[in-house]
Amino acid sequence: MNVVHYWRAMWGIIWRELWRFVTQRERFISALVRPLVWLFVFAAGFRAALGLAITPPYETYILYEVYITPGLIGMIQLFNGMQSSLSMVYDREMGSMRILMVCPLPRWFLLLSKLLAGTGVSVLQVYVFLAIAWFYDIQAPWQGYLWVLPALLLSGLMLGALGLLLSSFIKQLENFAGVMNFVIFPMFFMSTALYPLWKIKESSALLYNLAQYNPFSQAVELIRFALYGQLNSQALIYTFVAFIVFMTAAIIGYNPSKGMMMRKGGA
Amino acid sequence: MNSSIALSVEDLSFSYGGKKALTQVNFKIRPGECTVLLGPNGAGKSTLFSLITRLYDTRDGRIELCGFDIKRQTLLALAKLGVVFQQTTLDMDLSVLQNLRYHTSLHGMGRKQAMQRIQQELERLNMYDRRFEKVRQLNGGHRRRVEIARALLHKPSVLLLDEPTVGLDVPSRLSIVEYVHRLAVEEKLAVLWASHLIDEIYSDDHLIVLHKGQVKANGTVDDVLKINNALTIKDVFYTLTQGEQA
Repeated sequence: MNVVHYWRAMWGIIWRELWRFVTQRERFISALVRPLVWLFVFAAGFRAALGLAITPPYETYILYEVYITPGLIGMIQLFNGMQSSLSMVYDREMGSMRILMVCPLPRWFLLLSKLLAGTGVSVLQVYVFLAIAWFYDIQAPWQGYLWVLPALLLSGLMLGALGLLLSSFIKQLENFAGVMNFVIFPMFFMSTALYPLWKIKESSALLYNLAQYNPFSQAVELIRFALYGQLNSQALIYTFVAFIVFMTAAIIGYNPSKGMMMRKGGA
Repeated sequence: MNSSIALSVEDLSFSYGGKKALTQVNFKIRPGECTVLLGPNGAGKSTLFSLITRLYDTRDGRIELCGFDIKRQTLLALAKLGVVFQQTTLDMDLSVLQNLRYHTSLHGMGRKQAMQRIQQELERLNMYDRRFEKVRQLNGGHRRRVEIARALLHKPSVLLLDEPTVGLDVPSRLSIVEYVHRLAVEEKLAVLWASHLIDEIYSDDHLIVLHKGQVKANGTVDDVLKINNALTIKDVFYTLTQGEQA
């Protein structure tokens, strides 16, 4: 095995994922419709109800739509991560996952490649969403659109790794509804995606703590600051550590000697 | 380890929790040999395949592919292996060519070499003209052909086929059986073919009868018939599996 082999395999996995995404038009549209409905309907409705103080990275009063945009970017990546995980479970049930697992490359590398492919897809979705938001007058400084790229890569990797980890636990496709109810929704609603931390603190100290330590909140904050050309170091470190923890656990989960695969008796 | 052995399984046992799936399985396959693994449903064939392909961990016993231990030298061992799984593992929304290119990239092949190998393998199966078609448009027999072509692209030494003819019509079945037997001879490929269909066995094949996770017979078809004092494989199978349907 040499570096070229690794490179070709990784590119093959990424290419396949991107191609599938581009050709599955319904998936592309539904991935965009969800955050756009939140932006055009939910945020517009809440605009009057929710007053926002000036908090970094914002230097002036902002509309609720502007506040919610990084949260919706996080939502795109969260759902994409879970979608990838869903497709892993589907591939495992349908057997196509086996082709990947029997190729002569280490599993950690194959999983990482899968993760990168999923992250690439989510970044693509985010930029299309940002382009539509731009026409809706939600415009960040132009440098922000560049700075947000590394933030999107890291947050995409972290949320994708969480999806991978979950997929190593889930034996059947039917169990995936549980993931929606017990992971995606709590993660999204108990975060800074929809409301700032200080606002959450006003209503519940417990919710405040949960939101503060929720890795999704940290990913959203990383994106929020990056979009305005600023670095939120705490969010960066937190998101990176969460990525390493989720990825390591996912690799163990997919290891035939150690992981959950043995207990389930399936790959 | 004898270098003329392509696949060696030694004292292999496996359990799902407390339920034994395989008990002390032993056999060897040489290059150019077509070995049919015959057993009723639930005999342990798919478990054995999952262990050989390292989808499950080998805890008791040892599996070697061309001298490489699947547990300790996993990547070297897997590089020698081509697999056709029981379920279709092709991506239905991609073309034949795209599916095969995905496989060649997983095996680190460059574009030129990949296209050459794809052409060779598809032409042998009369499928080259259909390379741009989506897999969804192909019938079951043609999908199987593509999967066999894919399994051979990286020139493996051992080819595993897990009931590859299930659900196919008779002409497709016969053509695949005939093709794989020819491959074994021409390419000096060691073939392990899991089946529960007796008519897929040729007289010069090797035969392993697996029942309830145990090897009940192992040898050439003639040897197995002689040892069991039987005239047909069907008789042997019924005797060894106590009348269970193949």
